[in-house]
Amino acid sequence: MPAVSKGDGMRGLAVFISDIRNCKSKEAEIKRINKELANIRSKFKGDKALDGYSKKKYVCKLLFIFLLGHDIDFGHMEAVNLLSSNKYTEKQIGYLFISVLVNSNSDLIRLINNGIKNDLASRNPTFMNLALHCIANVGSREMAEAFASEIPRVLVAGDTMDSVKQSAALCLLRLNRTSPDLVPMGEWTTRVVHLLNDQHLIVTSASIDLQDYTYYFVAAPWLSVKLLRLLQCYPPPEDAALRSRLTECLETILNKAQEPPKSKKVQHSNAKNAVLFEAIALIIHHDSEPTLLVRACNQLGQFLQHRETNLRYLALESMCTLASSEFSHEAVKTHMETVINALKVSLAQFGSRDVSVRQRAVDLLYAMCDRSNAKQIVAEMLSYLETADYSIREEIVLKVAILAEKYAVDYTWYVDTILNLIRIAGDYVSEEVWYRVIQIVINRDDVQGYAAKTVFEALQAPACHENLVKVGGYILGEFGNLIAGDSRSSPLVQFNLLHSKFHLCSVPTRALLLSAYIKFINLFPEVKATIQDVLRSDSQLRNADVELQQRAVEYLRLSCIASTDILATVLEEMPPFPERESSILAKLKKKKGPGKLPDMDDSRRSVNGSTDSTHSFTDVLNLNPAPSSGANLLIDVFSESSAPAAATDVSEENFPRFVCKNNGVIYENQLLQIGLKSEYRQNLGRMYVFYGNKTSTQFLSFSSSVSSSDLNVHSKAVDPVIEGGAQMQQILNIECVSDFSDAPVLNIQFRYGGALQNIAVKLPVMLNKFFQPTEMMSQDFFQRWKQLGAPQQEVQKIFKAKHPMDTEVAKAKILGFGVALLDGVDPNPANFVGAGVVHTKTTQVGCLLRLEPNMQAQTPNGNAAPPATDPSFPFGAGLPGSHLGICSRCRGEQGDGFVGLKGTWPKSHELKVAFDLASFLPPDGRVCERLLLRT
Amino acid sequence: MQFMLLFSRQGKLRLQKWYVPLSDKEKKKITRELVQTVLARKPKMCSFLEWRDLKIVYKRYASLYFCCAIEDQDNELITLEIIHRYVELLDKYFGSVCELDIIFNFEKAYFILDEFLLGGEAQETSKKNVLKAIEQADLLQENIDFQMRLFAGSRDPAQRAGGNRTDINTIFIAIHTPPSASYSAVCS
Repeated sequence: MPAVSKGDGMRGLAVFISDIRNCKSKEAEIKRINKELANIRSKFKGDKALDGYSKKKYVCKLLFIFLLGHDIDFGHMEAVNLLSSNKYTEKQIGYLFISVLVNSNSDLIRLINNGIKNDLASRNPTFMNLALHCIANVGSREMAEAFASEIPRVLVAGDTMDSVKQSAALCLLRLNRTSPDLVPMGEWTTRVVHLLNDQHLIVTSASIDLQDYTYYFVAAPWLSVKLLRLLQCYPPPEDAALRSRLTECLETILNKAQEPPKSKKVQHSNAKNAVLFEAIALIIHHDSEPTLLVRACNQLGQFLQHRETNLRYLALESMCTLASSEFSHEAVKTHMETVINALKVSLAQFGSRDVSVRQRAVDLLYAMCDRSNAKQIVAEMLSYLETADYSIREEIVLKVAILAEKYAVDYTWYVDTILNLIRIAGDYVSEEVWYRVIQIVINRDDVQGYAAKTVFEALQAPACHENLVKVGGYILGEFGNLIAGDSRSSPLVQFNLLHSKFHLCSVPTRALLLSAYIKFINLFPEVKATIQDVLRSDSQLRNADVELQQRAVEYLRLSCIASTDILATVLEEMPPFPERESSILAKLKKKKGPGKLPDMDDSRRSVNGSTDSTHSFTDVLNLNPAPSSGANLLIDVFSESSAPAAATDVSEENFPRFVCKNNGVIYENQLLQIGLKSEYRQNLGRMYVFYGNKTSTQFLSFSSSVSSSDLNVHSKAVDPVIEGGAQMQQILNIECVSDFSDAPVLNIQFRYGGALQNIAVKLPVMLNKFFQPTEMMSQDFFQRWKQLGAPQQEVQKIFKAKHPMDTEVAKAKILGFGVALLDGVDPNPANFVGAGVVHTKTTQVGCLLRLEPNMQAQTPNGNAAPPATDPSFPFGAGLPGSHLGICSRCRGEQGDGFVGLKGTWPKSHELKVAFDLASFLPPDGRVCERLLLRT
Repeated sequence: MQFMLLFSRQGKLRLQKWYVPLSDKEKKKITRELVQTVLARKPKMCSFLEWRDLKIVYKRYASLYFCCAIEDQDNELITLEIIHRYVELLDKYFGSVCELDIIFNFEKAYFILDEFLLGGEAQETSKKNVLKAIEQADLLQENIDFQMRLFAGSRDPAQRAGGNRTDINTIFIAIHTPPSASYSAVCS
């Protein structure tokens, strides 16, 4: 290809770029740029009209300056002018400038959109392509608003050229991703899908000349990946023939991986493996063919030992999903040994170079861990921890702590593991971890003696981590008596050992040790005098730190004046902690959350006692049970444990929260959390119920049933066992037969630790869930509103306003309520109007709704205030005066709101049903204005 | 794909293509962070990393880093080959492309990318077809302003720019030319 033709002759541009590159310093560069900017500005402002070429050249220079990282605040208009040029290159540069330097300046957007519109309509394929590229590459909301309805037309038009269709399809995809609400997919879907058959342009052109799409001996890898990805949007095919064909395809891909490579180029293996990984992703997604799963697992196992870092990384990643998937966990387990071996090799040989690969390896170890291999995996992780990269140590610590607790059969192993953690990576052991070990030791009698002995031995080390001193102080203070019989760990020896660490520790740890000392006085009267001497010393009684001084004074007085009995009562052994979700798990979840923000809890670990730590230590003694704001873990732990009553009361506590939304937590107690996800279409609904076991023990004989007087609810059977910490899903199919007012009730029964638990929860299925939003023009709305004027067709209600009015919140609420929010219908812009159709099996009822906020008016004493007539309200015709044409009164905290609903229900419910609808709006007044609903 | 960045070993941005609407400030912040992160990585490390909630796929060709941000469900390996295909396209078009070609003809680099990717998705993966499209565009332009060709300098980028070649850090991007003869036949 002759290179000469490449330059399109903007010599001035080349000279300028060259000048910039020859600049010896940043200052010189800036000087040169400023000179050029001044030149361009004068050219643009000059009297002489610039020709297209010059305009193009200067716009290009501005673009270059921008790409160097300088701000550009002019030239946009000239770029927009280039759009309307007839010359391809000028137009092209104009589009480039716009797509790189998008400006939200509204005037320009209009001009830009005009240019695009003209090009789209030009029937010139190159111009159309430029326009489509610009829309897709900018992909902003403004673009979507302007063109979302136009592009499908281009796509399906018979006379559109293939290359343009291709661009249009991708463009539509882009807009659908950024602004799905604006793209009218519904009406176009069938026509677009139709295109797939013959149009999948890549397919058609590929069949003509497949060779062009063969990439390093791999046939059409991009298309293959796309198609495999597309299949992951669907469940496994139910048709047996289809299914076996798909399995055959997937097997072929797996077989190909075993064939000798056709090229040594990395591009060949990358393209081939890209398809392979996508196929494995599909296999994992289907999660139904055991042979395929096992083969996928073996294939990944091979990659774990591959010399390509990229493949090891991806294999570890896929293996993780494979291991955490419920069905294939077993499949992974059958290969456990290979995997662990491979992992060891990968850690030892290659791992040290790349922390992201090691991170993945640890993730995988964590995901594949279960009771059978926990000891081995925890040991692996512990040994790896000694050399691990600092950036992932804390996460490994959390993971080890979780696994050790979750799979501990023998709690002496658990105690050893945590003490090892502290020994190896004490700095990375967060408070949650050592709180947790104490909780567990306190709750388990069988391990207390062992724990005391082990911490005592660990404390013998000349240098031990402060976290160990904390654990040691607490455990010896509680259970030191269990090892005091041995002369090598007599009370005095224990005390001296702890006290030898005292002076090296931070204030919170010292405070904890002082508490341990007073416990010693109770446990071992023989060391009372020694400890009192210590407490009495100036360094304690006159310590500059208030907390330490106060403890020393109080403990000393306590030990002097309290009788043995009182002392024994005050310092009684701690009661067991209530069972709850491991706070370490919560911490890990937070840590792995999106964005991977740095740990926000640093303040808690600060060495000098913050208020936080003071609270926690007072609470360790249980002297000050009042929870404080910013309560940390221990306070949480000590909060009153109301044992879950055998509840048969129907819980409605969270019910109102679901009026305007479909997902969330409907019920939660100390054992169980119930989350809901629901979707509705016309008169049908599907609700996913998630039962989360918050404890570490199994729920047995779990069963659930739904009782409903009006709705048809079909629930799928559930597994009778929920493992500790696990979540189970149940699907409910709901059909709305006719209008109803009573919500269904979910009844749950299970056994937890021998006790039968009964829970009843009112499910948030309300009539408004069966709303389908209806768009309507202003005129239609008025007309219908007037038709629905009879008194029995209207309901209204007054709200008390508890929160200040927020337009966006109100809009979200109304949309969540189910109706379409109609913009520009109501002459008063502060009002909201909406329209929707309630679908039931027997009938459909249209409803109109109106909410009137009143920001100004204020009635001091709410609900009885007679509403005033609002002359701007045009809908009042034919209605009894009192509730139409009326302003509600609401303002901030004191005001009241007012809801009206209008409705003639086909049945005799009349106002009642409509009122029910109104009452669904949350009574807490988030929407604090008048609602009118006409049916 | 959410965006693609080309930057040099010195951290100079050579090309940026965004497929998500972001503010200039945000773009600068992302660029700064990513350039730092990627440049800090050692040669043998894997080409993928997790960054915020995106996956970064990058590869170094001579003095230039090509860096793409993709979403969770996107395929890393195929993205790596998108990068490679783009490099091949540049290489074919400029004829043994180097960083300077991209500096001096940045607009061409954009046009080629636009022919290949649209809205972050591969539009046309056939090298032949992309180059054909670019050739046609070039022809269009030559017909229109053929006069301008008189100004077009020689193949040598430094000379074309009127600069002194020796003081410019020229490193040719070494890429493997495809084994198939049909490729070269198309473009020669």
